[in-house]
This record gives sequence, C-alpha cells and structure tokens, in this order.
Amino acid sequence: MSQTEETIAKLDSENISLMSVSLWQVTWRRLFRRKSALVGMMILGFLIFIAITAQWLAPYDPYIPLIGLEPVTMRAKPCIHLLGCPADKYQHLMGIDGNGRDEFSRLLYGARLSLVIGLSTVTFAILIGTFLGAVAGYVGGWLDNVIMRVLDVLLAFPSLLLAIAIVTMLGPGLINALLAIGIVSIPSYARVVRSSVLTVRETDYVSASKAIGSNTLTILFRHILPNVLTPLIVQGTLGIASAILDAAALSFLGLGAQPPTPEWGSMLGAERNQVFTAPYLVFYPGLAIMLTVLSFNLLGDGLRDALDPRLSHVNG
Amino acid sequence: MFTYILRRFLSSIPVLIGILFATFTLARLLPGDPCRAVLGERATDAVCDEFLHRHGLDRPIPVQFAVYVNEIAHGDFGVSLRYSETVGQILVERLPTTIELTFCALILSLIFGIPIGIISAVRHNSWVDVLTMSWANIGVSMPVFWLGLMLAFVFSLLLKGTPLWLPPSGRLTAGNLAPTFAQVWGLKVPAQGALAAMVEFIGRLNILNAILTGNWSLLGDALKHLILPSMALGTIPMALIARMTRSSMLDVLDQDFIRTARAKGLRKNKVVLKHAFRNALLPLATVIGLELGGLLGGAVLTETVFNLSGMGRTLYDAISARDYGIVQAFTVVIAIFFVVLNLIVDISYAYLDPRVQLK
Repeated sequence: MSQTEETIAKLDSENISLMSVSLWQVTWRRLFRRKSALVGMMILGFLIFIAITAQWLAPYDPYIPLIGLEPVTMRAKPCIHLLGCPADKYQHLMGIDGNGRDEFSRLLYGARLSLVIGLSTVTFAILIGTFLGAVAGYVGGWLDNVIMRVLDVLLAFPSLLLAIAIVTMLGPGLINALLAIGIVSIPSYARVVRSSVLTVRETDYVSASKAIGSNTLTILFRHILPNVLTPLIVQGTLGIASAILDAAALSFLGLGAQPPTPEWGSMLGAERNQVFTAPYLVFYPGLAIMLTVLSFNLLGDGLRDALDPRLSHVNG
Repeated sequence: MFTYILRRFLSSIPVLIGILFATFTLARLLPGDPCRAVLGERATDAVCDEFLHRHGLDRPIPVQFAVYVNEIAHGDFGVSLRYSETVGQILVERLPTTIELTFCALILSLIFGIPIGIISAVRHNSWVDVLTMSWANIGVSMPVFWLGLMLAFVFSLLLKGTPLWLPPSGRLTAGNLAPTFAQVWGLKVPAQGALAAMVEFIGRLNILNAILTGNWSLLGDALKHLILPSMALGTIPMALIARMTRSSMLDVLDQDFIRTARAKGLRKNKVVLKHAFRNALLPLATVIGLELGGLLGGAVLTETVFNLSGMGRTLYDAISARDYGIVQAFTVVIAIFFVVLNLIVDISYAYLDPRVQLK
C-alpha cells in the first residue's frame, strides 16, 4: 500500500469525512448564525405557513360580505372574546371592513398574494435582466452600448412613477401592475449581471474553455453565469421586498389589484379615508405589508453577509 | 475638474434625449381617446376632429415629436387638454409643493440618519447599535402611505387638543393668504413671461417666501403642515442613510490611518468626525443620489395621503384623465430633475474624492 492509501485508510477508520464543504453549506451555516437573518426567516416561515393554510385558518370567506349571515355593522370594531367582547356577539379579530367582510380572513388570504407578487415579479425581472446583462457584458461593443443606454433611460425615471405610467398604459389590474414593477426592476439586475460577466470574462478558465473550442453558449451558461449567481441571489431577495412594497403602493392608488381581491395595498387604499373612524382597517394591512417586506430585507442582508465573508462585520 | 464636469454633463445628453422620446411615446401609447376623455363621451366626431386638429394630434407621430422637442427647447410645455391652462402655469403652481416636501424630507433624513449611523458605528455591537439598526430595518420596510396615515391618526386625532397636534392635510391653514415677497417688496412684475413665472414660483414656496418677507407666523404655519408629510416621506431614506453611514463608517474605522491618528493622541471625537466621516461620505453620496428618485416616487403617495396638490398627485390625476400635455411635461421635468441631481452627486464625488477625476 502506498503512503497516500495508508493515510486515507487511517482517516477512514477514524471516521473523518474527506468530503469538501460546498459554498451553499457554508452559507447556510453562516446564515443561521446571524440573528437578524434568523428573525427574517422566522417571519417568512410564518407567512408561508399562513399563505398555505389560509383556507383553513380563515374563519370567514374573504370575498363574500357577511350581510344576511349574521347581524353586521359596516366597519365594526374588532370583537375578541378573550378580550371581553360579549360571547353572544360574533368574533371578528380585526373588525369588519366597509363592505361587511371579515378583515382578519381577508388579511390571511392577502399573504398568498403578496408572496406570489414578490416572487413572480422578481423572477420575471431576473430572467430578462440576466439575459440582457449577459449579452451586453459578454458581446460588448455597440450592442453593450445600446442595451445599457436604453436601461439608463429606464433608470432615469423614479421607479414608482415609471411603474404608474406603464400601468396606466396597460390598464389597471394586478397582472399589469406586476408586469410594470417587473419591467422597472430589470435594469438593476442587468447591471449586476453585466458587471460580474465583465470580470469573469477575463479569467483564465474562460480563456481555457475558449481554447479547447467551447462555444459561446456553453461558456456563458457553464462558466460565467454560475459565478454571477451570488450577487443575483442577494439582489433578488432584496428585490422581492421592494417589489412587494411597490405593488402595494400601486394597489393603494387603485392601479394594482382590483376589489374584491384581498390584497393588502388595496384593502388599505379602500379604507384610507376612514383612518380617523376605523383605524384598525388601515393599521393591520399596513403592518402585514411591513412585516413581509421586513422579512425579505433581513433575509437579503443576511444572505449578503453570509455569501461575502469580507462584509461579515458590516451590516447588522 | 472642469473637463470632468463637462464630460459628465455631455454623457447625460443621450439620456435626456431618450427621456424625451420615452415620455412622448408613452403619452401617445396611453389607451383611450384624448378627445372623449376631455370633452366627454358624447362628443361628436366633427367636434373631436376639430379638437384633434387644434391640438395638432392629427399630424403624423414623427412630426408631432419634432414639434414637441422644438417647443420644449423654447420652454413651452404646451396646453393642458383638461384645464385649458398652459402646462407651464400648472408646473409653476404645483412644483413648489413637491420641491418643499422632498427637500424637507431629505433634510430630515440627513439630520437624523447621519448622526444615528455614526453613533451606532462608534458604539458597534452595543445595545444602542442593536436598537438603532433594528429601527432602521423596520424603517426601510415601512410603506410610505401607511406611515403617513398612521402619523395623521396619532398626531391629528389622538393628540388633538395637546400642543403636539399637527394638521393632517393641506399646505397652510385655510384662509391663510399671506402676501408674496413681490407684493411686500413692492416689485413691479410683468403680468406674463419667464420673470413673472419665476416670481410666482418663488412666492409659492411658502417657507422661502416666509423667510424673504419675514412673516414668521406664515413660516410656523407652513412648517407645521410640512412636519407629518416630511416624516412619512423621509423615514425610508433616513433609515437607509443611517445604515449606509454605519456600514461605511465601520469600514473606515477599521483602517490603519484611524489607529495612527488615535495613537498620536488625537481625541476620539475629532478622529471620528474629521478623519473617518470625511472618508465615509463617498458611499453615502451614492445612496443619497439614488434615494432622490425614491423620494420623488414617494411624493406621489405622500401627496395623496395628505391631500397636497403637488406634482405627483397632479401627474397621477393627469394619467387617469389622459391629459397628454401634463403627463409629458411632468415626466420630463421629474426625469430631468433626477438626471441633474445625479449629475450634482457625481460632481460632488470629484470634490469628495479627488481620485475620481483621474478615471
């Protein structure tokens, strides 16, 4: 037996793993060590749980007014039996909205929509942004110039205003609002991808791959894009947070989800003039939006620190 | 320095042309018929043809674009289809509201955000740090419109009757028609033209007007009305600025020259403020530049919540009413405003970090 084989056999007998630890395992461990990221994951886990189980958790239907089913007063205050609301009254944890529906049930269903909104817009923006950024960065030349100048024009508009303009062009509605937010966020992903591609393109292993005759697509997909993944994941997680915020803003203005859809932004917008008389109808949807956005922000910050150890001391 | 500014300025010209083209196309792509949006559903075809002809909307699109660019170059933004008023006049009336609001929000976010960031960097990992950064994380995640409504609820309803009460809407108390500086100073202003517009514009900036005329009750009233909207609008940038200040301060505080400065006996405060903060300013300038766009977008929401008829609110109304003139002019002005501000930020880089000019 050679010396190497002996060493391996020895290590094997001592039960020491020779497996290397992947980047993702390291990241995962680091993520769990960060308190803020942990809080973010807990809130997010809770939201996902609510989104999945909304139909069993919700005491009432989120779409159908309670008129005729029980004595209802529009915008009735919350009635919680544990907090001294008489037992002969129907329990409504967050009150009744202006259309006689149970606010709590609508809020639970809203979690579904918010998560879908965040994920779908960011996926859309990442796919197109990555394509544009990769082409611009890898091909370079006039194509790079044209793509980046067009994206510069997009970036020259404040994102919410541009989204408003696009939605009015397409017509109000949830899908159009999502499309608008997706389009507006393309430039930031394209930029991230382009700058990473520019760096990676010059590395030795890309030259080596070219030398052995790999075609452009192979180089792009097998060698370059995997290296761009890290900044994209961080940007994407933080992007979900701002997408949810923007979608809520559009719905608040009446350009996004249309009634009776239980969307937090439009629930808030519908009752905004009642803030002095029925503040609970404004308070809870806003709190829900804030918690959702907070969870993605915390997770995104945590991921950034975990994926880039140099920054570990910087962001709390 | 001069060549740097010139080069940076020239490079923003293609973007400006792109903006003009984009807003022009966007306005033309708005669905629906501008004639019927303005004159009502029952307008006859003959009336509509005359309307389209009068506003030049029956000409080919490239001709319309050429006319449009020529007019903009002459400072003529056209006529609002709905209000039958020139768009320039509407800009003069409504722009001051937005400028005052975004300016106050920015000031608020800077005077609170920067010190908070510095303190939490200096007291890194202490309870102060944990507390302020948790607050900053929450601040970044807060929907502007929700915060605005909640602030109005607390300060205008719950605190009613106390000295802390603040008005929930408007720019001034109803009936407070203070004279403008032109009236007080007895300036003879022509009825029309650029000078008249300029004077009216400044007169509508309540705070500036109050300071110019020494009208302190007007100043107090205007500030009182601005506190809640600025707090709502300024919270997200404030939180972002605090976080950014903290992280770039932490980076700088770790470096050798800080240790050297401390080792040679300089007081800690001086090292933090003069040596560290000066170097931490650069990334901060980027964030402030980027946040301005957010502020302008947030202004639409804040103006909606607090019933302020500023740019954002007007633009939103104009889009729903398909008022091409206003939509074009306002998006152009906002985008140019944004490009110019970013230009200023870039130039301030060159001032803050002399190495930038070399690139």
